Amino acid sequence: MTFTSGHVHDAASSGEGFDEGNPGFTVPETAADLLDDNAEDLYDNAPCGYLSTYPDGQIAKVNKTLLGWLGRAREDLVGRLRFADLLTVGGKLYHETHLAPMLAVQGRLDGVALELRTADGGRLPVLVSSTVKYGRGGRPLLIRTTIFDATSRHSYERELLRVQREAEKARAEAEQARALAEVERARLQRVVTTLQRTLLPPTLSAPEGMEVSAYYHVASADQVGGDFYDVFPLSEGRWGFFLGDVCGKGADAAAVTSLVRYTLRAAAVYDPDPVAVLNNLNIVLNHEYNGDDPRFCTVVFGIITPASSGFTLGLAVGGHLDPLLLRADGTADYISTRGGLIVGVFPDPHFATTTVHLAPGDALLLYTDGLVEARVDGADGESDARYGDAALRDHTATLAPTTASDLVEGLTGLLTRFGDGLDDDTALLALSVPTPPERDDQ
Amino acid sequence: MGVFTKNHVMVTGGQAGPTVMLSHGFGCDQNLWRLVAPALAERFRVVLFDHVGSGRSDLSAWNPDRYGRLEGYAEDVLEICRELDAGPVVFVGHSVSAMIGALAAIAEPERFEGLVLLVPSPCYIDDGDYRGGFSREDIDELLETLDGNYLGWSSAMAPVIMGNPDRPELGEELEDSFCRTDPNIARVFARATFLSDNRADLPQVKVPAVVLECSQDVIAPTGVGAFVRDQIPDAGLVTLDAVGHCPQLSAPEATVQAISDFVTGLR
Repeated sequence: MTFTSGHVHDAASSGEGFDEGNPGFTVPETAADLLDDNAEDLYDNAPCGYLSTYPDGQIAKVNKTLLGWLGRAREDLVGRLRFADLLTVGGKLYHETHLAPMLAVQGRLDGVALELRTADGGRLPVLVSSTVKYGRGGRPLLIRTTIFDATSRHSYERELLRVQREAEKARAEAEQARALAEVERARLQRVVTTLQRTLLPPTLSAPEGMEVSAYYHVASADQVGGDFYDVFPLSEGRWGFFLGDVCGKGADAAAVTSLVRYTLRAAAVYDPDPVAVLNNLNIVLNHEYNGDDPRFCTVVFGIITPASSGFTLGLAVGGHLDPLLLRADGTADYISTRGGLIVGVFPDPHFATTTVHLAPGDALLLYTDGLVEARVDGADGESDARYGDAALRDHTATLAPTTASDLVEGLTGLLTRFGDGLDDDTALLALSVPTPPERDDQ
Repeated sequence: MGVFTKNHVMVTGGQAGPTVMLSHGFGCDQNLWRLVAPALAERFRVVLFDHVGSGRSDLSAWNPDRYGRLEGYAEDVLEICRELDAGPVVFVGHSVSAMIGALAAIAEPERFEGLVLLVPSPCYIDDGDYRGGFSREDIDELLETLDGNYLGWSSAMAPVIMGNPDRPELGEELEDSFCRTDPNIARVFARATFLSDNRADLPQVKVPAVVLECSQDVIAPTGVGAFVRDQIPDAGLVTLDAVGHCPQLSAPEATVQAISDFVTGLR
């Protein structure tokens, strides 16, 4: 690039910085003076430090600005020290492990943050850029380095770094907390699973000539559900069975569920009349939970008595959903048990009673409300539609006549198809009387 | 993924002849050998690689537990040797890699014909009569300096380094990324490098070794090279007329000569 005198003169006379009225400036005699003076003056008094070093790092030339920053004399540096000697020890290590190799390989460095040691023992944060000047044959001759005072930028970056460190620390802590919560949750789920198992009968004991089947869907791995059921033998050839739902979830509900289950079994032994069993349960729940945390449940309780063909079931119902009866002729209908009150709320409640005859080919289904209250897509696209009684009846009718195990299996498939729509625990209990094998009279 | 991808292993030179494995130290990557590798490849099979966390290694393979200890890097060296299956190698370890090579040779001496320990230091921190050259505070200051160049790295360099490890040519972009490491990784490697004390391991080295030191080196000061030679049962010492900590860059011819002399002297 070549400057013509015309350019320089124009620049000078056009004003800025060369106002004749300002005694602080003198107009140079010629453009050449201006150029010469400026080149040398700019080198020494530039707003940045200039440093030239030989390839081995020895300082060859340094400007006044840098000497001023360092508080050192030129003769202390030139021919005596290496660039790395001006750095802090940490910077020296960084220079040897990073900067010197980078300069050797790529011939330049851009904006490296370092600290210079000043003569008075202070530190000056700087940004350093270097280029290598090569001679013939590509041999490096000199390293030219510019050094900018980065004090203000330095504190800004320190602040950024501090904030970033804090953010990283917070992230690490959050990650740790999350991992801990995960472990806690897994532990809780193991406890819940174990507890849930203890609330359900390990095996169902059915009378001879009757098939029973049950299924329990756990909606949440974190909480013990409140549904319960059982089938168990009593004296004099009779059997008891029940299915119900304790209001609420979690540990408190689990405690009530446990109490209800054992109370029902004990009460049935004491007095096997279904209404008496529910009355006894009502008394126990009333006594146990008469404080400000009332606990109650809905329940179907039945006594099974063998009949000449099939079984007679005497039922008492306290506030529970109507059982479904699937006949051998392929029909499915609810057994109306209106008027039965939920158990544990009132001191002297009325329970609905009914008697059902279960003939060969018939099946009885007891279930909890998770089944009929599962969310489904409504016919009109309504998003919070519920499965409902009618749909359940129509669906089971397509399964009838059936056996207890086939019925439960069919409904388990239905529960699976509900997917996320099934957000409550669901218990199923089916009783059926198998059709005797057809006799071959011929 | 194989160790060749994990450590970005490059093999050049003849198929026969001694295998010379060049291992870079803390700070840069295998490009550090670019002035000596071609000359060595004229006579030997040359194996180059990047330590995990450096250069074009697979950063997803990095974790602070394995790579916070020199033993982790030594295990990688042994893995590469096993994968190469080329018989015992002459391992040339620069700076901290000298100790990495010593640890690998102690663990499986049969894989090493000899060790070239280029500007080694078994312990950087002064301890009693031993002069490593630094104090614990000095090392903390280095970590600060690494952090000081954090911002410049993360915005400008991350995309280049993370970009595409399979790109074959060493373009300008790679030059820009040379010696630029994720500061979190660099900090872990810096600690493993400068806070390790491997003095007690040196007498366990049972393969022939040569120490190459520079006449002026702030990182491995005078006396440390002789210490290493004296502690290894079968070791020599060569002082290169070179300034700084990277003689393979500042004095490539002398470095090639010293390595070649050692390799040919083994046979």
